[in-house]
Amino acid sequence: MSQLQAETPSGHRVAPETARPSVGDAGWRPVLKLGLLGGAIALYLCLTGIVPIFNPRALIAGLISLGEVALLTTGLGVGYLAARRAPDGPRRALLGATIAGAVAGAFLTALVLLGAAVDLRGIALHASPATYEILTFGFGIPGSWIPIVALGLAAALGGAIQVLPPRLQRPVTTGLMALLVVGLFAGIIRTPMLASPLTDQLGRLLFASEGLTLVGAIVTVVVVLGGQWLNRRLAVRRRGRELPQAQRRRLTLPVALIGLLFVLWLPQGVGSFFAQVVAVVTLYVLMAFGLNITLGLAGLLDLGFVAFFAVGAYTVGLLTSTGEYGIAQWPFWAAVPVAVVLAMLFGAFLGLPILGIRGDYLAIATLGFGEIIRILAGSDLLKPWLGGPRGVTSIPKPIEVTPDSFLAGPLQIYYIALAAAVVVAFVAIRLRDSRLGRAWIAIREDEDVAEAMGVNLVQTKLLAYMLGAAFAGLGGAIFSTLLGAIISSSVNLFVSINVAAIIIVGGMGSIPGVVGGSIFLIGIPELFREFSEYRFLFYGVALIAMMIYRPEGIWPSRIARRELHTTDALEPGDPTAVPATEMGKA
Amino acid sequence: MAPLLVAEHVTKRFGGLLAVNKLDFTLEQGSICSVIGPNGAGKTTFFNCIAGFYRIDEGSIEFGGLPIQGLRRDEISHLGIARTYQNIRLFANMTAMENLLVGQHQNLRSTWIGAVLGTRSVREEERLAHEEARRLLRFIGLQGRGDTLASNLPYGDQRRLEVARALAAKPKLLLLDEPTAGMNPAEQGEMTAFVRKLRDDLGITILLIEHAMRVVMGISERITVLDYGEKIAEGPPEEIQRNARVIEAYLGREQAAAVAREASNPPGSLSAEA
Amino acid sequence: MQVRLADRLTDLAIAAFLWAFRLSVVAIVVVGSFLTLTSGKYNVDTWTGLVITGLATGSVYALVALGYTMVYGILRMINFAHGEVFMVGGFAGYFAAVGLSSLGVLNAGPLASLLSILVMMVVAGAFSTLIALLVERVAYRPLRNAPRLIPLISAIGASFFLQYSVKGWAGPGVYAYPDVGVLNELVPIDFVRIQWKQVLVVTAALVMMAGLYVFVMRTKIGTAIRAVSEDKATAALMGIDVNRAIVTTFAVGAAMAGAAGVLFALMFRQINFFSGFEPGLKAFTAAVLGGIGNVPGAMLGGLFLGQVEAVGPTLFLDGLGVPGASGLAKAIAFTMLVLILVFRPSGLLGERISGQRA
Repeated sequence: MSQLQAETPSGHRVAPETARPSVGDAGWRPVLKLGLLGGAIALYLCLTGIVPIFNPRALIAGLISLGEVALLTTGLGVGYLAARRAPDGPRRALLGATIAGAVAGAFLTALVLLGAAVDLRGIALHASPATYEILTFGFGIPGSWIPIVALGLAAALGGAIQVLPPRLQRPVTTGLMALLVVGLFAGIIRTPMLASPLTDQLGRLLFASEGLTLVGAIVTVVVVLGGQWLNRRLAVRRRGRELPQAQRRRLTLPVALIGLLFVLWLPQGVGSFFAQVVAVVTLYVLMAFGLNITLGLAGLLDLGFVAFFAVGAYTVGLLTSTGEYGIAQWPFWAAVPVAVVLAMLFGAFLGLPILGIRGDYLAIATLGFGEIIRILAGSDLLKPWLGGPRGVTSIPKPIEVTPDSFLAGPLQIYYIALAAAVVVAFVAIRLRDSRLGRAWIAIREDEDVAEAMGVNLVQTKLLAYMLGAAFAGLGGAIFSTLLGAIISSSVNLFVSINVAAIIIVGGMGSIPGVVGGSIFLIGIPELFREFSEYRFLFYGVALIAMMIYRPEGIWPSRIARRELHTTDALEPGDPTAVPATEMGKA
Repeated sequence: MAPLLVAEHVTKRFGGLLAVNKLDFTLEQGSICSVIGPNGAGKTTFFNCIAGFYRIDEGSIEFGGLPIQGLRRDEISHLGIARTYQNIRLFANMTAMENLLVGQHQNLRSTWIGAVLGTRSVREEERLAHEEARRLLRFIGLQGRGDTLASNLPYGDQRRLEVARALAAKPKLLLLDEPTAGMNPAEQGEMTAFVRKLRDDLGITILLIEHAMRVVMGISERITVLDYGEKIAEGPPEEIQRNARVIEAYLGREQAAAVAREASNPPGSLSAEA
Repeated sequence: MQVRLADRLTDLAIAAFLWAFRLSVVAIVVVGSFLTLTSGKYNVDTWTGLVITGLATGSVYALVALGYTMVYGILRMINFAHGEVFMVGGFAGYFAAVGLSSLGVLNAGPLASLLSILVMMVVAGAFSTLIALLVERVAYRPLRNAPRLIPLISAIGASFFLQYSVKGWAGPGVYAYPDVGVLNELVPIDFVRIQWKQVLVVTAALVMMAGLYVFVMRTKIGTAIRAVSEDKATAALMGIDVNRAIVTTFAVGAAMAGAAGVLFALMFRQINFFSGFEPGLKAFTAAVLGGIGNVPGAMLGGLFLGQVEAVGPTLFLDGLGVPGASGLAKAIAFTMLVLILVFRPSGLLGERISGQRA
């Protein structure tokens, strides 16, 4: 949370604001408050296990682990904010930051000392000696003062960033961010580098098996900062913006081709585990495009999306399985259309009764539907047909290949999912820009007025719901072949929540938002076990933060759309530079 | 010629409150009529009954000879009634252009399959719809502003855009709920001319609710006055201006007498109420 | 110039579909019950047992439902995280029980047990209140004037945040609630089998609900809450501290949910980080069932839902020969949820949400 605030563009230290008459005790009160808040956050990070669980993963091998990064970032953020709130003057700001950090650290010291006296594990799993070791950087009880110093120093750094002139602020923050990102993905970058003799040595030099080497860290910072400096020097960005329309259009094709090649190459370059992850991400992109119609365009919060996923998955499973519950042993390609149509009909069946009810009730009703489907799928009632908890197994891959073919693994599923996602994206864009898409958005904006403009609410909503269902069914169909089985525990609430979160965080009604949201919310937790433990914790924070700070999503549709086409080009000097407004301002 | 809209004994209750009470009302094809009355007189409620926002408790409403009470809003819109709202209700996060395209929704035919396939007829229809929307933008003097979000337009433009959105539906009857609210006299004059142009050029029958007496008196052919949900007067503007009950309803008994003494200068003097 | 025929036909088809839906539900209920009752498989004791179980769970649902209904009444939002507030109460009660147990008071005679449980409930209520106020401050207050879906999404976020914080804190495993021996004993009366814990749960719930009723109807702040529910703007003009009324509503609802968390855990003897989700949804169902915003409605809705859930699977499904009917109990509760939302969103007793329809 503190990071979020720290990134707000509200600016650097504003002298007049902090030059309050009271230089006495009142001036330091916000600093203390921030310290207490930081302490609470630090305690939270330790006791919910985030620090201990992230600790084994190194950011810079042998130097600093992710767990420590989490704590120090808290200190950094507290310091950054405290420096802004502290009484005037850079020296006082730094002092304030350090004090705030030290106060936060004192909480951890208190935890260590308390933990040494009483065994707290009965009430908090992670209040264990292992955690205390991390907090004291390995010194144990005698080093219980260390958190105060560590957080104090981190906060001082944060304060220093705040105090720095803006010219220097930028490089420091970018450098730190770059370290974090590159360090996180080090393992994934290293694997393909080691595969080729050309880059093998370089890979070993820069990256440890997890995280950066010290050399790698220095190189990262130098490269990123150098790049930034060069970038500003050449003013590449400005030139890019001034590129005439025609020239830019000529650039589109090569860029698209390079993008395509990259996407096709992606899973091959990085090993089969990663390929599986990419396939799952692509599946979620596909399903998110579907829910994007229902939620993003028509504004219907459907939390029972998994029901249609289940219909698609079980249909393909039953029709193609060569195992116990298979009924037809059809080829995949024949089963998919059936699955999609069934999912769509099912959407109509569920949608009809509930589409008349108001928005917040609709969300809960669909959630109820999803749960009913989940319970039924695993129930004894349907066990003779669906296999109960053990599910339908022996679902063949869509394309029969020899085991040593490059298409044998999750790769072919990735390509199929990718192709399907492209088709779905195409359909979604066409629909969005059509009479129907406009009607959906109108319903989202103001249902009553839309109806008074001649939009038949039930039919239009039903269509949005059915199309969303169809895409969910397609996602389920492909998913069942990815795993080669569909079991009832795959049909759970979290499928719905994942997809809804992608759209809400990524940006309602926006296509880059869907892709970015999937990579961010599905890809990262799938790649890092530590993250997947806290995936839904993070979702929770993300959903709240998005609703408060950016309800239109990170990549809102409005901006994207304006870049794609203009609908009304009467005058060349059109004042179209419209800021994205907040959703539901009406 | 048969009247376009006939309301008989229309009654609408909210709990114990009689919002509209046994209202009889007829509207001739091609006329411009106003409904006026003090705040809470039931004007907007009456609009909402016509446009299908409220279900009436008693009575009947016929439009072009067809009973329309009990129909859904979209059905009523299909029959040719379009409306604007007292507090502007544009689709705030859609552009001006898109608002006008949604306005045309009921006149467009393309299905979702056609839209996905991008058939020739769909593309042709879209082209015509965009052309029509641009024409409407020009009509309200917003050419070139089509890509502006509706919520970012200035107030007066939003009012006009809302009227244009209603026009996009190609209605036979246009219900305008306080089209000049919050406007200065110059803008009110423009709006008056604009409304008259709608009738003269497009032949649309217009029913408006209005507080600005300058507008009401200047534009209406007939005026209906409501008070406490009941019709207290009806007739051409000159008659209404002199009607004692109307003045009383607006100003109360004592001031009404004062106004009667100064009857030399009637228009505008009542607009203080707004 | 006529209403389009196709439209009318579609409407007709939709109406027919909805009626078919209603009728099939009624048919299942009626035929199932008839077959079950005439099969003679179950005797009166079985049924009274089920009814008593239903009464106990139902009163817990009622307590939680009150929180939903009051918050909806005052803010028009579904406090999706309320189930988690309930769950957190269960955990706080657990830790209190562990402490009391290690002090040796938990099972030291009936009176000590009773007082221990009281302490657990107070601890749980206090902790739940703390959490609920935190959630209100961080996740809801900035969104008071946003369109309806936005606070709902934020509430879903808060719900996940709480669930997975508890998962991180306490681990994913199931905690067995400490046993209070007295509670498992039977009440010494002849005609029904009833355990002390069932008596305890129902009594505690009734006392709390009565307390709430007095609080809302008789106290000054209760009156303020009712006024704010009626019309926020006017209440503010009359000098009522709207914010205080809202915060009090959250606090009262959370305190009851926390205490209910302890009662629920005493009955079912186990909790984990996810155990607030289902009771939460069911309690919400109860709130809608009784008419959201309607305080007596929530109480009755909870009791009613408890009965349907306890008796329903056996009564409706067993006779139809559905295998594993008791496994479908959850499905029945969720079906109730959907049916209520679809066919009677204003509940059985009617909503007490005044005006303010745009």
